[in-house]
Amino acid sequence: MKLNKILKNLLLVVLACFALSACATKKVSTGQMQGDVYTGTDTVEYLASGVPDRVFFATNESVLTTASRETLRKQAGWLRKNSDVTIVLEGHADERGTREYNLALGERRANAAKDYLMTYGISSDRISVLSYGKERPVDSGSNPLAWSKNRRSVTVKAN
Amino acid sequence: MKKFLILLLIILFHPIKSFGLIEVDITRGNLNPLPVAVSPLSIDEKSKKSFEKLIKKKNIGEEISAIVENNLRTSGLFNPLNKDAFLQAPDIANLKPRFEDWNLIKAQALITGKVTNINEKLRVEFRLWDVLAGKEMMALAFTTVPTNWRRVGHIISDKVYERLTGEKGYFDTRIIYVAEEGPKTKRKKKLAIMDQDGANNKFLTLGNELVLTPRFNPTSQMVTYLSYFRNLPRVYLLDIETGMQEVVGDFPGMTFAPRFSPDGKKIIMSFAKDGNSDIYTMDLENRIVEKITNHPSIDTSPSYSPDGKYICFNSDRSGYQQIYVMKSDGSKVKRISFGNGIYGTPVWSPRGDLIAFTKLHKGKFYIGVMRIDGSGERLLTENYYQEAPSWSPNGRVLIFYRETKTDDKGEGFSAKLWSIDLTGYNERLVKTPTDGSDPSWSSLLSN
Repeated sequence: MKLNKILKNLLLVVLACFALSACATKKVSTGQMQGDVYTGTDTVEYLASGVPDRVFFATNESVLTTASRETLRKQAGWLRKNSDVTIVLEGHADERGTREYNLALGERRANAAKDYLMTYGISSDRISVLSYGKERPVDSGSNPLAWSKNRRSVTVKAN
Repeated sequence: MKKFLILLLIILFHPIKSFGLIEVDITRGNLNPLPVAVSPLSIDEKSKKSFEKLIKKKNIGEEISAIVENNLRTSGLFNPLNKDAFLQAPDIANLKPRFEDWNLIKAQALITGKVTNINEKLRVEFRLWDVLAGKEMMALAFTTVPTNWRRVGHIISDKVYERLTGEKGYFDTRIIYVAEEGPKTKRKKKLAIMDQDGANNKFLTLGNELVLTPRFNPTSQMVTYLSYFRNLPRVYLLDIETGMQEVVGDFPGMTFAPRFSPDGKKIIMSFAKDGNSDIYTMDLENRIVEKITNHPSIDTSPSYSPDGKYICFNSDRSGYQQIYVMKSDGSKVKRISFGNGIYGTPVWSPRGDLIAFTKLHKGKFYIGVMRIDGSGERLLTENYYQEAPSWSPNGRVLIFYRETKTDDKGEGFSAKLWSIDLTGYNERLVKTPTDGSDPSWSSLLSN
C-alpha cells in the first residue's frame, strides 16, 4: 500500500519533470537537442545496422534518457546475438568543467551505460569502462550543440 | 638534485642593519612598482673571452643581469629602468656607486656586480644598494659551474626580492606542465618541464599516450601524474633525473587527480570504481593504501594543508561540485564553498591560510581564493575557460591554464599558461614553445 503511494507520487514527479523539460525544450531546441541532451545522429556510428554506438547526457548528469535506454537495449540485443564480442564503454564530458571532475563524470556516465547493459543480461566480464573526461571531444565547437555531442558514452568493440 | 645544486659560496661582506631602508609591500596590488637600476654585471676581458668559449655567450655578465631584470619586471613589484640612462660604468658602480647619478634617473634601488672566471668556475658577486639612503643593503657572492649561469640570475633575483619584500622569492623554480599540440579532437600531450621564466624547456614523455595533471613532490625531484599508458588511466610516479616511471598502487580501475603529501611520503588521489570516485592515499614506502572518503558522490582533486593535518577536496555530494575540508584521516568533513556557482580544483596555499580554486558561474570561469573556512572569497580573474591554479612556493603568485573559445567552424582553439598575483594584479602569459596546460610550480630549488 505504502509502496503504491510512493510509486504514485514518484510518477507525478516524473510527469512534472517531463512537463518542465518540455518547456525548456522549446527555448533551446535546435532540432537536434532536447533540453540540453543531444538527439541528432551527427557523429553517431553504428555497431550493426540499427544499433547506434553512443548515448548522450545532460550537463553534469549521468542519468540515462529514454532515448539512451532504447539505444542500450538495442546494443544489449546485438551483444546477446554476438556473444564473443567484448566492449569498452568510453565515457566523456564536455569542455565546460574542470579536468579532474570530468574524468570522474566520464567514468560515472560509462558506468550508467554498463549498469543498464547488465540489467539486460550482458555479463560485466564482457564490459570494461574507460573515462576520457573532456580529453577526446568529437566536436571541437564551443557552443551548446557541440557540448551536447561531447557528453556521451560510446560503446566500442574491444575484440 | 645535489648535482643541480650550486656549489654555493656565500660570503657576507657586511652584516645587514636595516632601519628606514626601502621596502616593497607585496600585500596590495602594486601600481607603482619600485624603480630599480640593474647595472650589468661587470666582467674583465679575460673572463669574458673564456666564458664565451665555455658557454657560447658573448657577455655573460649582461646575460645574468638580463635574467635578474626580467624576473624583477615580471614580478610586477619592480620597474627596472632603461640602461641607456645609466651614467656610471658597471665596474665603477660596483665599487662605489655615485648615488646622485642614480638618484637623478629616479632609481630607488641599484644592483651592481662582477663576474670572474676562477679555475673554470663562474664566480659572481653582486650588491644591492639603497640609492636614497646611500647605503649598501646586501652583498653576496657565488661560485658555480658555468652552465649554471641562468640559475645564478634567478638566485640573485630571489635574494633581491627577499631583501626588499621581506618574503622568500620564487624565481629559482621550475614549472612542470602538459605540452599540447594538434587538433582539439586529437590532442597530443606530453609532460614538459621548464624554468619559471620559460627557459630550458624539456619534454619528459614522447606523446605516445595521453598524460595529465603532473605535480611535483616537495623536493621537486619527483612528479606524480596521470598517464593513459596502454589505455589504462593510472597515477604514475616519475623520477625527473633518472626518467624512471612506475605505476602507483595496484588499483582495479582508474586512479587520477594525484598530489603528494607535504612530507612527500604519500600520494593522495582519486580512485574511480563502478561510477563512484573516492579519495585514497598510498604510502610510497610501505605501499599501504588507505581509503579516506567513502561517499557515493564524486570526491576528487584532493590537496593537503602544508602541515599535513587537513585535506581540501572537491565533491558533488550536495548535487554540484563544491569545496570541502576534512581532517587527513577523512573525519570531520565540512563544506566551505557557499557562493553562487560551482567550485573545483581546491589547492591549499603553501602559507596555509588560503585555498585557491576554480569557479564556474553563469558560463564564466574564475580563478579565486578563499580562507580555509570558506570566508573572504576573492575572484582574481574571469575568462571563457580557465582552471587548475598552482601556487608559487612563497604563496604570492598563482599559475593556471586558460583555453580559448573556438569559432563557428570549431577552429582557433588554444591552451596557454598564465600567472596572476594573489592581489589580482599582474596577470601574465607564461610563454611556452607549444600550447600548455596543467601547470605545477616547484619548490625553491636553492634555499
